[in-house]
Amino acid sequence: MSVDMRTFLAHVELANPVTTASGCAGSGRELAQFFDLHRLGALVTRSITMAPRAGRPTPRMAETPSGMLNAVGLQGPGIDAFLERELPWLAQRGIRTVVSIGGGTVAEYSALARRLTDAPGVTAIEVNLACPNIEDRGRVFARDGGAAAEVIASVRSVMRYDVPVVAKLSPDVADVVAVARACVDAGADALSMINNPLGMSIDVDALRPTLAAGTGGLSGPAILPLAVRCVWQVHAALPGVPIVGVGGVMSGHDALQLILAGACVVGVGTALFHDPYACLRIERELEELLQARGFHRLADAVGLAHRPTSRHLLVDSEESSL
Amino acid sequence: MAGTPVQVTGTVLTTRRVDAYHALTVVAPGVAERFRPGHFVSVAVGGPRTSMVTRRALSIHDVKPDYGGTVELVFTATGPGTSWLAERRARDTLDLVGPLGRPFPLPRDPASCVLVGAEYGAAALFPLADALLERGCRIDFALGAASADRVFGAMRARRMAETTTLTTEDGSLGLRGSVTDVLPAVIADTHADAIYACGPMETLRAVTAVAIEFDIPVQVAVEEAMACGIGVCMTCVLPVIGDDGVTRMVRACAEGPVFRGERVRFEDVGTIPFDALGAPGGGVRNVG
Repeated sequence: MSVDMRTFLAHVELANPVTTASGCAGSGRELAQFFDLHRLGALVTRSITMAPRAGRPTPRMAETPSGMLNAVGLQGPGIDAFLERELPWLAQRGIRTVVSIGGGTVAEYSALARRLTDAPGVTAIEVNLACPNIEDRGRVFARDGGAAAEVIASVRSVMRYDVPVVAKLSPDVADVVAVARACVDAGADALSMINNPLGMSIDVDALRPTLAAGTGGLSGPAILPLAVRCVWQVHAALPGVPIVGVGGVMSGHDALQLILAGACVVGVGTALFHDPYACLRIERELEELLQARGFHRLADAVGLAHRPTSRHLLVDSEESSL
Repeated sequence: MAGTPVQVTGTVLTTRRVDAYHALTVVAPGVAERFRPGHFVSVAVGGPRTSMVTRRALSIHDVKPDYGGTVELVFTATGPGTSWLAERRARDTLDLVGPLGRPFPLPRDPASCVLVGAEYGAAALFPLADALLERGCRIDFALGAASADRVFGAMRARRMAETTTLTTEDGSLGLRGSVTDVLPAVIADTHADAIYACGPMETLRAVTAVAIEFDIPVQVAVEEAMACGIGVCMTCVLPVIGDDGVTRMVRACAEGPVFRGERVRFEDVGTIPFDALGAPGGGVRNVG
């Protein structure tokens, strides 16, 4: 018997839990060359900004052990071109689309949200809180619960209530639960974790940082444990809040870890660079793993690792180090 | 369907050393039949449990219909990924995505074309040379590298072209100097109508400067580090002037790798020019 893979992102039903991660699926057209985008749980766009952005200089990418650093700098065409060309293309095809937005001020976020309020084909809004707050000396919004909450409240207040607002959180904070709670209190319908933690690599031949921007976001399998930890901690503290687990998912096994930690949706990012079909493969692998463990519904596995278990079971499943 | 990329698991047919480079022939039916000169493939490296998460973009040197379609890839082992590739043996499998990128535009009528290749960038010029010859074009090669063992394809170029001019920096083969030193003479001798060039960015910049001087069109295939090769990661951008005169940061993988040379702002590669669309603090802003 097949597993019921349907899931809910707040009140919006997705046919399956596997989505792309923001910034990893281009405009959708690039992946559509390989497979039908309807087979995704949803497509998450790159972070759309108010003005066109040229991004950071090259080199923008460096491979690191089990991961990669990137410093793209939110390159994109801006909201006008997005509404004119990219969103209609997705909407006409009926592809579930989560629009990620990014800004430098609270006003910019709410202006973006206002522009998207009446745009057809927006399944949800993901608020990228990892943007530098130009009103606060460039400190990123996600670093501070107060600043993050202000952005979420402003977006929530202008967004239609049938469109969920998802807050994308960064792991580069002392207390991710506090930021998560502030966002939920401000009106976030769901949380997405994690954005790329900051990393750095030095080119030892050039004796210089490898990336032109110096630092960059670390992604790939290297950050999966970080994502699992954040999802776990936030689900434990806020068990009723839907969580999109993102970070280093390369296989169904990785996705299942995030689901057992408390995610009901799983975002796939860097794996798409390695394998354009990664989302479909991961969804299939996830279904097989759930089936093998006797699950009839994906929903039954969400947060299951939090269930208290007997000592006897724990010992059985652990490999002894003695 | 020409151009639509596919992902295939190809089997390595042969491996060989070509001077300082490695060449792998891989059975890749879907890729081979869609291939046009200038396309490239991206290859997963390190095996299924690898820690290397980005693909390697490699130019296609040759395509043959044998075994349902084979592609020959030429590369140099510079890091852990390409070193792993260099260790592949016959019957190993490789995960390929291709053909990727925009191919070389070909002249409608027979024309005289100079093909300029530096180092192993020259590999991509040979399928182009075949296509040009089929159209009745005259072709002339100018190939260069640092030393004799790094000049790629000299023998094959001599067989195909009217003339082949070789240059090395150390003078160990052909003329001493760089390939762009001899280019004006080659253009003048052959009455060239167009130039095609592959190689490092510095060579492409110099070739384009010569082409502008002679007022003939130049098509360059750029080399930029790519993570995905399919246009989703946005890491391989360079400043290129569009038809509307506006400079944009475009992807070498999806909008390239072939560009009209005079449209590429070589001096500004590795920067965001102040007048580029969406450049910080300037350019064509669209603040709402």
